[in-house]
Amino acid sequence: MSSEVLVEIRDVNFAYDSRPILKGINMAFPKGKLIAIMGLSGCGKTTILRHIGGVLKPTKGCVKVDGQVIHDLDQDGLYKMRRKMGMLFQFGALFTDMTVFDNVAFQMREHTDLPEEIIRDLVMMKLHAVGLYGTQDLMPAELSGGMARRVALARTIALDPMLIMYDEPFAGLDPISLTVVGQLIRRLNDALGATSIVVTHDVQESLKIVDYIYFVSDGAIIAEGTADDIRASGEAFVHQFVYGEMDGPIPFHYPDGDFSKDLGVRV
Amino acid sequence: MAVVRSLRGIGARVINAVWRIGFGSRFFLMTLVYSGTSFRRFRLIVREMFSSGVMSLIIILVAGMFVGMVLGLQGYETLKRYGSESALGTLVALSLVRELGPVLAALLFASRAGSAMTAEIGLMKATEQLSAMEMMAVNPIARVVAPRFWAGVISLPLLTAMFSSMGVFGGYVVGVVLIGVDEGSFWSQMQAAVDFQHDVMNGVIKSFVFGVAVTVIALFEGYDAPPTAEGVSGATTRTVVESSLAILILDFILTAFMFRGD
Repeated sequence: MSSEVLVEIRDVNFAYDSRPILKGINMAFPKGKLIAIMGLSGCGKTTILRHIGGVLKPTKGCVKVDGQVIHDLDQDGLYKMRRKMGMLFQFGALFTDMTVFDNVAFQMREHTDLPEEIIRDLVMMKLHAVGLYGTQDLMPAELSGGMARRVALARTIALDPMLIMYDEPFAGLDPISLTVVGQLIRRLNDALGATSIVVTHDVQESLKIVDYIYFVSDGAIIAEGTADDIRASGEAFVHQFVYGEMDGPIPFHYPDGDFSKDLGVRV
Repeated sequence: MAVVRSLRGIGARVINAVWRIGFGSRFFLMTLVYSGTSFRRFRLIVREMFSSGVMSLIIILVAGMFVGMVLGLQGYETLKRYGSESALGTLVALSLVRELGPVLAALLFASRAGSAMTAEIGLMKATEQLSAMEMMAVNPIARVVAPRFWAGVISLPLLTAMFSSMGVFGGYVVGVVLIGVDEGSFWSQMQAAVDFQHDVMNGVIKSFVFGVAVTVIALFEGYDAPPTAEGVSGATTRTVVESSLAILILDFILTAFMFRGD
């Protein structure tokens, strides 16, 4: 992790009201790398992504993207920065009133003055890159979950961003779509020379494609390293998570509930 | 303790209402500030005018026709007692142009187009489409809200004009064609009694104000809706209730200023 850093998160704390979500997070995302942030649902992964996108402002600490402190930017500066970013949402977030073509062309039409013929060529190239050439006239409702995710991916890379963020890109996909999307994420990252951040709890697929992993639990980083480091980790939480074991530090029951009391049983 | 609890509950509701009025006003101002894109790319407004205006046309025309027909029947029954059946045209036209046209068209618009706007924007929020737009450096207020706002503001006065025209036609069908009121006096008395400035323009002003109120309420409720099925359905209901009340309250205020009983 010694190459030039594109995104840097330094000592970031964040709380909703008085409920702490992130506790002293430090991360670095070097250019050209594909990095995963893993952890249980609700551990703060997406919150980290939202900080990088400038949607949330840390209560303490600093988030730098391409050398600029993102939460200090005004709206114009933030929008200028976001034009260099792409984000794939959990369920694609395709615009349901537009065709596949219009979805992919959306940013090109909003941010460039390119003539329609060139936009058409670019959209077809992006659709071809995700293996969906020929679907341009379909509406999002006519696509399967995996196809919708790939169209969203084509839309995300429409303007060749320097930073691509993926929020749970594997959620709800069948095994084939899952592998296809996983391989696409890797291939597109390398082909575009971009930096990618994948927020996920799909361990097996992510470990196949990423360069580095941060493990987050309860708002703090508890482990980090390459896929091999994570697989070999002695940390009980990481081990339970990676191998999907029932027993371990992550409890099955909600911590507040004591059902035996309700039943009148003395333990 | 129960008294304190209920006082606390009332206080919380009042504070919440004040917050929402504040957010709503800010939202309205933001919509005006970010309206530039809509006018530079007018086709965005035209597209929304199709879904909010053109798609409401059938309900507006049918309702206008029947309201005019009822006015024709009721008006004839009342005027006959005073031997003034020939003033039927005046009664139908003034009732429609001054009051019933703007108010009923706005109420129908709120239920048909307003609720659809709220549901659409609420669902766009629930399915992260608005967040996706934000992340693409596209301001959702400029791209999604403002075109719908101006489409509503432009559409409602046009729909009101069509509602009133259909109503007059309905009154004519019942009064002249079915009952047999003299056609010449129906139209000539109407022409003599309806003043463009005093009656027609005031009706247009009313429909414009209702258009602003209904559209802002619909858009704000959608934008502010909790991103759940229950949240969107609640927001849609609130749009219809709040818009209807706003129309009736604003109608009284505007009528008081415009006509004052002189």
